[in-house]
Amino acid sequence: MEVVLFYIMAGLILVFSVLTVTSRRILRAAVYLLFVLIAAAGLFFIQQFAFLAAVQLTLYAGGIIVLIIFSVMLTSHVSEKLDAVSFKKASFALVACIAGAVVCISTILSYPFPKPTNGEVDASMKAIGTSLLGYKENGFALPFEVISILLLAAMLGAIIIAKRTEK
Amino acid sequence: MIENIGIEQFLILSTLMFFIGVYGFLVRKNLITMLMSVELILNAVNINFVAFNKYYYPENLQGHFFAMFVIAIAATEVAVAIAIIISLYRKIRTIDVEQVDEMKY
Repeated sequence: MEVVLFYIMAGLILVFSVLTVTSRRILRAAVYLLFVLIAAAGLFFIQQFAFLAAVQLTLYAGGIIVLIIFSVMLTSHVSEKLDAVSFKKASFALVACIAGAVVCISTILSYPFPKPTNGEVDASMKAIGTSLLGYKENGFALPFEVISILLLAAMLGAIIIAKRTEK
Repeated sequence: MIENIGIEQFLILSTLMFFIGVYGFLVRKNLITMLMSVELILNAVNINFVAFNKYYYPENLQGHFFAMFVIAIAATEVAVAIAIIISLYRKIRTIDVEQVDEMKY
C-alpha cells in the first residue's frame, strides 16, 4: 500500500515540477507548484510525520502559494505568456543539470547504505512540543527563539520595503 | 510498510526534484518564476532530511526539526523577496532580471 502511494506521489512530484519550470504562463506554473507541495506533504504523511505534513500543507501550500499568486496578479497580466527560452540557453542548462543529476544518482546507487534501524518514530504533538522547547539534549529551544526573531525581522523588513514612499 | 521502499528511492526522487529546480533557476528570466524554482530546491532538501530521520534516527526528531526550520526560513525568504519584487515593479514596471540593473554602476 505504502509503496503504491509512494510511487503515485513521486510521479506527481516529478511531472508537476517539470511543468512548473517549463510552463510559459506564470499563474499555471504557480498552480503546478501547489500540486508539487501537496504531493511532498503526502510523502511526509507516508513516513508518519503528520505534524510536519500539516505544517507543509498550511504554510507552504496555503501561505506561500497564495503570496506568490498575489504577486503574480499584481505584476503581470493573467493571460500573459512568457517569452520562449532560447534553445542555446535551455540546452546548456539541461546539460549542466543532467550531468549533476547523473553524478549524484550514481553516487547514491554505489554507496552502501547500512540497514535501516526499524524503530517507531514518536512524532506525536507531545514529543514535538517537549523537544522544541527543551534545552537539554535533543532540545531545540535556541533555534526556535532565533527563528522567531528572524521571522519578526523579516516581516518588519518586508513592510518597510513594500511601503509606498512619498515623494 | 515503509520498509519496502529503500532510502535510495527517496534520495533519487529528491535529487531529480533538486535538479529540476536548478534548471528552472538557470533558464527562467522572470523573478517570480525564479523564486518558485528556489521553492522546489528547498522542498527537495526537506524530503532528504525527513527520509534520513525516518530510516536511521527514529529515536529523535532532528531531521523533522531541520525540515520545519527550513520551511520557516523559506516563508521569511518569500515574504521579503515578494516585497522587493513589488517595490521594484512599482519603480521600473518590470520584473525581468535582464532589465533590472538599476543598482549597477
